[in-house]
Amino acid sequence: MTTHHDGDGTTRRKVLECMTWAGTGLLWTVSGGVPRSLGLVDQAMAEEPRGFTFLQISDSHIGFDKPANPNAKGTLEEAIDLIKGLPTKPSFMIHTGDITHLSRPSEFDDADTIIARAGLDVRYVPGEHDILDPDGRLYRERYGREAKGDGWYSFDAGGVHFIGLVNVKNLKAGGMGSFGEDQLKWLADDLKDRTASTPVVLFAHVPLWAIYETWGWGTDDGARALELVKRFGSVTVLNGHIHQVMQKVEGSIAFHTARSTAFPQPAPGAAPSPGPMKVAEDRLRSMLGVASVTVRRGGQRLAIIDTPLRG
Amino acid sequence: MRIALLAFAIGAAVACVAPPPAAPADDTATVTIDNFAFAPQELTVKAGTTVTWINRDDIPHTVTAVDRSFKSNALDTDESYSFTFSTAGEYGYFCSLHPHMTGTIVVEGVIGATR
Repeated sequence: MTTHHDGDGTTRRKVLECMTWAGTGLLWTVSGGVPRSLGLVDQAMAEEPRGFTFLQISDSHIGFDKPANPNAKGTLEEAIDLIKGLPTKPSFMIHTGDITHLSRPSEFDDADTIIARAGLDVRYVPGEHDILDPDGRLYRERYGREAKGDGWYSFDAGGVHFIGLVNVKNLKAGGMGSFGEDQLKWLADDLKDRTASTPVVLFAHVPLWAIYETWGWGTDDGARALELVKRFGSVTVLNGHIHQVMQKVEGSIAFHTARSTAFPQPAPGAAPSPGPMKVAEDRLRSMLGVASVTVRRGGQRLAIIDTPLRG
Repeated sequence: MRIALLAFAIGAAVACVAPPPAAPADDTATVTIDNFAFAPQELTVKAGTTVTWINRDDIPHTVTAVDRSFKSNALDTDESYSFTFSTAGEYGYFCSLHPHMTGTIVVEGVIGATR
């Protein structure tokens, strides 16, 4: 099961409480080749990041209008406003999937319009909600024209090798997320000539590690992908899907899941299902929290501080 | 011309023949989707039964046969999908978006029905 780090003396109860907060986005900076989260954008604004930075947002679910948040567009707009207000402009942004709720063209249009206001280059990976149309054509045409296979790709930025993976297609009954043989073969090829000192960031929608199998929160062949990157000195795995912050470190690999901009989901096993969690209207805003994560070289524990914003 | 008309008439007559009377009047059944689960998870019906799945979650789901012999589009909240099982057998299915959601339809043969 998940290991929750509490280097600042935080109790497990407190950590679980913190994990249920909805948030906005995460700002990442690469310092000395080691990605380090500066926490959610409000805290990041105070920190004046230096060096190469990038941002992660996730699970914007444009089109969602159920009680857990009838205005998912509005909360994405708020997240983008916060990003626009950053004193240091990030180099680019990644979106770790579930851009839309139902893969409708109008939902993609709305998401694109809002996200474009950040004025940042955005790299995407699909969530299962983005490929509901036949063959996931709408997603591929918008975001994956230069990608391989079902939409995977890699690029280099700031001395880091970034790899966007797809683990929401061709899923098997009774299973969880899946990469499949073609993608794993491509990943092996993509990595084989790179030196172990190259920092690697893997990002995909569904967590690569088995967070909670009962709810399908994991990737069946995630361990095979991780096997391919474990020789690298610094590996950071960024995911969404579970609408809450969770993190752990295994050897040189740091795992982190981002909050949603749309609605929170319960902590594993804390509700009958992983569906949208309805909280009081005033609490949804107060749930915009900060998560500061420091990833240290050498497999040390993540130092995590989760603090709620005032509502 | 006369032959063609006759052929047409026979064809029309065949098309109008009712389905085999073996299927009873209540040849429908319902599976609900609540909290990321199919209920009942296993359902036994007679051949010829139309099964309707209704999604009551705030999240879309699909109904997808393991062998892909039937597959719904994504069902948003309160949307439904129906499939008629004409052949006896065991049909495993799952939600292709949340594959930990699984179910089975067991279709029993009807006496006198042919496969």
